[in-house]
Amino acid sequence: MLAYIFRRFVYAIPILIGVNILTFILFFMVNTPDQMARVHLGDKHVTQDAIDNWKVQRGYDKPLFINAQQDATNMFTDTIFFEKSIKLLAFDFGKSDEGRNIMSDIKERMWPSLAVQIPTFVIGLLVNICFALLIVMFRASLFEITALTACVAMLSISSVFYIIGGQFFFAKLWNLVPISGYLSGMEAISFLILPIIIGVISGVGSGTRLYRTIFIEEASRDYMRTARAKGVSELSILFKHLLPNGMIPILTSVVVVIPTLFMGSLLIESFFGIPGLGSYTLDAIQAQDFAVVRCMVFLGACLYIVGLLLTDISYTLVDPRVKLS
Amino acid sequence: MISPVVLWSDILIFSLAVSVGLFIFQVRKKPQAKARWRSVFESKIGLTSFIIIVFYVLISLMDSVHFREQLSQFEADGPDQNLAYSSEVKSILDIALKNLNSTTETTYSSPFSLYSFSKENMTNDDGSVYRDFIRLKHGGAHIQGDEERFSDILIKSVQALLIGLLIAAIPVMLHVMMRKKSNHEEDYIPWNVAYGTIITLISLATWVIILSQYYHILGTDKVGQDVLYQSIKSIRTGVLIGTLATLVTLPFAIILGISAGYFKGWIDDTVQFIYTTLSSIPGILLIAASVLLIDVYIETNPEKFNLTILRSDFKFIALCAILGLTSWTTLCRMLRAETLKVSQLDYVQAAHAFGVSHRGVIGKHILPNVTHIILIAVVLDFSAFVLAEAVLSYIGVGVDPNMYSWGNMINAARSELSRDPTVWWSVTSAFILMFTLVLAANLFSDEVRNAFDPRTAKGNE
Repeated sequence: MLAYIFRRFVYAIPILIGVNILTFILFFMVNTPDQMARVHLGDKHVTQDAIDNWKVQRGYDKPLFINAQQDATNMFTDTIFFEKSIKLLAFDFGKSDEGRNIMSDIKERMWPSLAVQIPTFVIGLLVNICFALLIVMFRASLFEITALTACVAMLSISSVFYIIGGQFFFAKLWNLVPISGYLSGMEAISFLILPIIIGVISGVGSGTRLYRTIFIEEASRDYMRTARAKGVSELSILFKHLLPNGMIPILTSVVVVIPTLFMGSLLIESFFGIPGLGSYTLDAIQAQDFAVVRCMVFLGACLYIVGLLLTDISYTLVDPRVKLS
Repeated sequence: MISPVVLWSDILIFSLAVSVGLFIFQVRKKPQAKARWRSVFESKIGLTSFIIIVFYVLISLMDSVHFREQLSQFEADGPDQNLAYSSEVKSILDIALKNLNSTTETTYSSPFSLYSFSKENMTNDDGSVYRDFIRLKHGGAHIQGDEERFSDILIKSVQALLIGLLIAAIPVMLHVMMRKKSNHEEDYIPWNVAYGTIITLISLATWVIILSQYYHILGTDKVGQDVLYQSIKSIRTGVLIGTLATLVTLPFAIILGISAGYFKGWIDDTVQFIYTTLSSIPGILLIAASVLLIDVYIETNPEKFNLTILRSDFKFIALCAILGLTSWTTLCRMLRAETLKVSQLDYVQAAHAFGVSHRGVIGKHILPNVTHIILIAVVLDFSAFVLAEAVLSYIGVGVDPNMYSWGNMINAARSELSRDPTVWWSVTSAFILMFTLVLAANLFSDEVRNAFDPRTAKGNE
């Protein structure tokens, strides 16, 4: 097991390097630092001095790959590629284009993100599984048709509309919760309720449908028929046989998203003014702060790879037939 | 006199329409595929949603024929001068919606309203200033006041619906007669449902066209432009982003996926590496980063885009390409897995033994056996991209702000909703039009999946 995990980490390295090179090409080779500076300084008639100054301040004035003016190892380390790209691999995120320390920003902003994402994920999972079980329980009835139609309708609505609608009705019309904002500590709860509810609701359509297909597939297995033939009651079939066995594919399919919860939700955080990593990313995109975007890309990739690894491990934990090799 | 303006997206959408036509022509010749498609159209939901999608596509095709009108002669200095064309690019759809586009108010007004939404300063005849709601220039200008409004709308609606029914009746009647004459093929399509949908759509369109000559059916926005016009113009953006982005995903997914599953070895390793790397980057960040780069490119090369519409069109196509380039990995993974399975089958081994070339095996044996996966993914991707546009435009990395799109409308609606009383019509109309299209696409994709997926296909149960 440990050997397997170690090997998977070794496999992850080329992927992370690939991500790194891709972002490097996108941010430094397709677009030269000169162009970035020009966009940042905003004016069409910026002087070359101003551009050079901007680049020096942010360390973009170095050569891309090889610095001919330095000697020995410094030839390779005193370059943009090393400073901005290779250092990411050691989780040294450096400073944003605005001059703030990215790592400390991330540490500070991860808590609000997690406060929204974890309850949304857990409640959403429970709600979706309950709905899916209900639909499977009342199979081939009017309820199933209605529920499935409602699911399709719900997943045809853009998540933006859920947020706008939720804010409008819950916060503005009925004054139940504040529209947006955030406070630390226990006072945060009143600000968190609506984002969590909306996050759950907007995922119900697709989640319920997916879990329903999993349960239906499980329901057609032989052991289900045997249980019915033995005379086991419908309820006990549902909860003793279908639910535990159906949970295996469901859990293994959701494990991959658990690490990425950390990144926060771009839309929900920005609409509700929650100072998490999602709105941090969004602000960086809108302010064209390439340094932050680059770090978030790298962080997201790392978390995704961790998610893949967790998925593999969870397979072996729940299903003894799967051997990691 | 007009001068045609051909945008790249116009060329793409029309060539796409032609190739879909060719595809349908091909399918008619293959009995197996035909039977599958038949079961899609046998279902009422499949047929209805298909007609709705076609309706949307027709509108966007109409909106994809662009031209510029020549400016009136006296504006130019003399007859020898080069012909001057207006910088405003119009499409055929604009002619049909002429009234909507040409009549603007000064600011917000609610649907069917006669007066502006907020009070404004006005001067009396004697020079004193007072605040009141302004009477709209266009909305309900033909009637006296509010008391006449309701009956007028009712009468006009009934008239419009009757005309619509008459117009819709002609093609339906013709088709019914045609069916009566040629009774040779057994009918499997629920035609009554099709007639019902077509009649509803045509009547609705007529109602909109007629009523919009007198009122702003969905109100006006901040600068007084008709909201209905904006939402109809957004149809082209939505449909195009769905189709073009899907189109971009296909070559990557098909070529890489099948060759990975078929050739295995280092090709498989490379393809797996590429798609794991791509999918490990959060999609929205990759899209945002690429769009920012496009922005920088446009800003540093302004001379290449002399018309605003050219610039927004370039950005639009780039956005479609980026969306496609970042989302082919799922389909590629599925195709690889399926090809791995299919290439182990006996008839593929037999084909190898007979010395059939790789190209022959892939083209004759592998590709036809994975088509259902491609087809299902195409329809699913379409609705996903339409939804993605709204989110991207909100984040600020979507289509150009000059372009009509549902995402841009929603983005503008944020500040409108916080006003008091609320300006709700803009976001509602974007919601309705977008929801209809995505719902139709989702329902259609369900039917396609039911018909083509071997696990659910009706014949295999």
